[in-house]
Amino acid sequence: MTQVNRLGGGQIDRTKTLNFKFDNRNYTAHPGDTLASALLANGVRLMGRSFKYHRPRGVLSAGSEEPNALVELRKGSRKEPNTRATTIEMFDGLEANSQNRWPSLKFDALAINDQLSRFLTAGFYYKTFMWPAVFWEKFYEPLIRRAAGLGTLSMQDDPDEYDKGFRHCDLLIIGAGPAGLMAALTAGRAGSEVILADEDFALGGRLNSESFLLNDDQAEIWVAQTVAELSAMPNVRLMPRTTTIGAFDHGIYGAVEQTGDHLANLPTGKPRQILWRIYSKRALLCTGATERPIAFENNDRPGIMLAGALRSYANRFAATPARRVAIFTNNDDGHRTAADLHAKGVKIAAVVDVRVDAPTSGDYEVLRGAQVIDTKGRLGLAFVEVGLADGSNRTLDVGALGVSGGWNPNVHLTCHQRGRPTWDEGLSAFVPGETLPPGLAVAGAANGIMTTYGALQSGAQGAAQALELKGDLPTLPEAEDMPVRQTPFWYVQGCSRAWLDQQNDVTVKDVKLSHQEGFRSVEHLKRYTTLGMATDQGKTSNMGGLAIMAELAGKSIPETGTTIFRPPYTPVPIATFAGRLKGQEFHPTRLPPSHYWAKERGAVFVEVGNWLRAQWFPLPGETHWRQSVDREVRQTRASVGVCDCTTLGKIDVQGTDAADFLNRIYCNGFAKFAVGKTRYGLMLREDGIAMDDGTAARLAEDHFIVTTTTANAVKVYQHMEFVRQCLLPDMDVQLISTTEAWAQYAVAGPNSRKLLQKIVDPEFDISNEGFPFMGCGNVTVCGGLRARLFRISFSGELAFEIAVPSRYGDALMRRLMREGEEFNVVPYGTEALSVMRIEKGHAAGNELNGTTSALNLGMARMVSKKKDSIGATLSEREGLNQPDALMMVGVKPVNSGDKVTAGGHLMNASGPVDAANDQGYITSAAFSPSLDSHIGLGFLKNGGERQGEKMRLVSPLTELTVEVEIVSAHFVDPQGERLRA
Amino acid sequence: MIIQHPLLGPRDSSEFVYLGDASLIDRPDWQAENAAEAFHDYAYLRDNPAGEHRELWFHEGGDRSWLVVTRNTVTHEISRVELARDVARTRGRSK
Repeated sequence: MTQVNRLGGGQIDRTKTLNFKFDNRNYTAHPGDTLASALLANGVRLMGRSFKYHRPRGVLSAGSEEPNALVELRKGSRKEPNTRATTIEMFDGLEANSQNRWPSLKFDALAINDQLSRFLTAGFYYKTFMWPAVFWEKFYEPLIRRAAGLGTLSMQDDPDEYDKGFRHCDLLIIGAGPAGLMAALTAGRAGSEVILADEDFALGGRLNSESFLLNDDQAEIWVAQTVAELSAMPNVRLMPRTTTIGAFDHGIYGAVEQTGDHLANLPTGKPRQILWRIYSKRALLCTGATERPIAFENNDRPGIMLAGALRSYANRFAATPARRVAIFTNNDDGHRTAADLHAKGVKIAAVVDVRVDAPTSGDYEVLRGAQVIDTKGRLGLAFVEVGLADGSNRTLDVGALGVSGGWNPNVHLTCHQRGRPTWDEGLSAFVPGETLPPGLAVAGAANGIMTTYGALQSGAQGAAQALELKGDLPTLPEAEDMPVRQTPFWYVQGCSRAWLDQQNDVTVKDVKLSHQEGFRSVEHLKRYTTLGMATDQGKTSNMGGLAIMAELAGKSIPETGTTIFRPPYTPVPIATFAGRLKGQEFHPTRLPPSHYWAKERGAVFVEVGNWLRAQWFPLPGETHWRQSVDREVRQTRASVGVCDCTTLGKIDVQGTDAADFLNRIYCNGFAKFAVGKTRYGLMLREDGIAMDDGTAARLAEDHFIVTTTTANAVKVYQHMEFVRQCLLPDMDVQLISTTEAWAQYAVAGPNSRKLLQKIVDPEFDISNEGFPFMGCGNVTVCGGLRARLFRISFSGELAFEIAVPSRYGDALMRRLMREGEEFNVVPYGTEALSVMRIEKGHAAGNELNGTTSALNLGMARMVSKKKDSIGATLSEREGLNQPDALMMVGVKPVNSGDKVTAGGHLMNASGPVDAANDQGYITSAAFSPSLDSHIGLGFLKNGGERQGEKMRLVSPLTELTVEVEIVSAHFVDPQGERLRA
Repeated sequence: MIIQHPLLGPRDSSEFVYLGDASLIDRPDWQAENAAEAFHDYAYLRDNPAGEHRELWFHEGGDRSWLVVTRNTVTHEISRVELARDVARTRGRSK
């Protein structure tokens, strides 16, 4: 098809032809086109179907406010639904499809909804799909979901990259129309750091769509000169294709730059969109105005659009929806459209102006005091019915109708910090209120200054005031300065199926119905009718709905109020907010020092916090994880095993008050504690609940190493800094996290000392006498490498932890494996670690779960009453010290072979199974290779005195009931003989 | 938001971790007669003003200072930023 509706002139490059497809038909376009302008040029008016009634729709606007012409852009995994045809920059090979129609755009089965519209009014869903309740999930919801909605997702991963960035400036100018360009020129020439951002791919804003002159030239020439001058300034950054989506605190603005949407193929490594965080000292809002429609019967047919959009398509894009058009207006701007189109050779059938004193024209007929009362045309406008001033009717035979109800300033960003706009009587529109986001000023049409000269002038002045510039402003070009007055005309009396919100199919009738049903607040109106809740957020519809509501309530529009504008200004893909933080990159991955060695050994890894830890080390022939884990446990308990425990938090505590400091942090006593010793410590929260546990090793009088659990390392460090800085500010103590500075390995099992004696340099005595249980000290290993040795045990075996600077971690692990061959050394992972600590009855994260106290953990006596420590006072409160308080116990199945399940609850051997009779719950469970039985740890009411009792372990959710016996939590070596060996 | 760090100048709030009411600095005396009640109030009771609020922020992505930030909870205007350690000293805390 040729471009039948292409006009002369315009800002398109006719030397190049681009090919594109819409609904699988081939068309041609030129650089400078949008998808919408190219379709209009090709004689296509029908571009989509509406949300609810599936009414045929075309474009309403020529910008980002578009409610109707939403398409699915691109194919396959790059398919993007609900993309506005009016903002899609044309490229060669573009493919788009219409949406929300079946089987085709021209014949849509669900258009039957339009015939049923009598029933599908506001609140239809609320009223109809009420009962029976079971129908909702199985029947109503799937039905509604299939019928409603816009485009569809590809259901594939988005293959493109998205990025985030940060920029700083003295002045951020939002919008590059006459006000924005003049502001940038003023600030740029003064030497300020300026960012000028505009959502369009061409800077110039409305100037690109107008035919009038600046000085003696076409406006576009002044735009080109100005952009050229700005481009040459090193202190000015021009950001076309960049939508400022929100005004946030302290001068921070969010902006989305479409770096790749206009390219057929994204070069490798180039992001499709960038989310910028712009830090501005000052900002100037130059976002212009959006034209508002007039509601009349059947005002939604393809070919009916905003008059200013019609003018944009003709002047900027050299396209028109039809060769014969009419205009319906209540203000002078509509006449400007008629004049421009006439000049382009488009036949103006008539200008229908509601005002009896409307200006007339020698070029075409003006019907004063007339109104459009209906339209006809199934898939596109064919006839317009006009009610004339004398009461008679007249039919206009036209393919397009431009509608102008006046212009609304784009105040959105002024309201992002809950500012409210104020009503301007002269414009009959909302203008920015008195409370603006700090640092933001408004210029041009966005501020209600509707003339071109006014916009240029306020842009220059706005920049000068924001930056406190002294001296003369740049000379302003001569431009039109016709005073603008807008008298409201919202809808044609008597209309009912007259669309306000075209995307969500909200009509004048719906607004009236909601008022009739008692909805008085504008926020309720919005939610009941869905007015303004579509992807366009009511940019062209809110004012009309509001005005009708005010009229029905007998109130003024400012009394009725507006809904709140919130970011983002236009829709933003979730992928843009995510940036590179997706999949594996969602958070950083921390690798312990033995990672590459473990990978070579074929370890299976598990994410613990951000750490990737070896979970177990399968050997050839092992087909089930239990085989590997059981072997690792048996071999460690029989001889020696090694586990990377680097991930435990390590906090280096130094200073003359270090011991006193720890005494306040831990609930147990730390005052009398010898150098060369390690002590178990329990930290409480201030409310008396256990926070974390670990060890503190005293390497010198004024030097301790505190360990935390892997999960709480960050939180504990933060807590310790809080106590140090906020509670004990004069203590001489310094803290630093050394978690990543030291590689630390647990070496456990009866042969652990023998293995370490081959590693630790011989001048260090690590015999039981020379280095007893809970000893610690600085040593050297492998011939002089500095290391730290701790004789502590999580597994319950004779065990050590050895630490070397991280860069030697890999080498030390390999050395331990080599030297350990004669002892049949085994590396073990987090599973075996966990099995052994459960066998030993050591509490871990499952037990320190944020609800348990020292008493519950069986450590009540540890809480020192002779000192002030965090949590000590509140640990004594009554509620935490009930006689039947939960106590940590062990459980074993009565019938060997039965399984213990963590999360199961304990019930008495007989009696009801319900919450009222709940006796406790299981926190950790494992199969114990040492006992050849499943075992568990848990909390039981009065558990200290119930050993030997038979109980039922139940999990009603999984219909599990197992008979268990309450036993000591210390399944292995309860006397602790092994660790002291 | 931007927080004017007393030592490091303007820093983005994403570098910080928020804790809560700066009254946490006023930890009660454990040996006072009404210690249990005082600790209860200290641990559980907070004012929730619409307006100026003094609150603790931790510069976790920076120099690890605890700061007392005076912020208007309605407008997010930050009128004062102090080192928590200095505030603690003026409130009589020492060792």
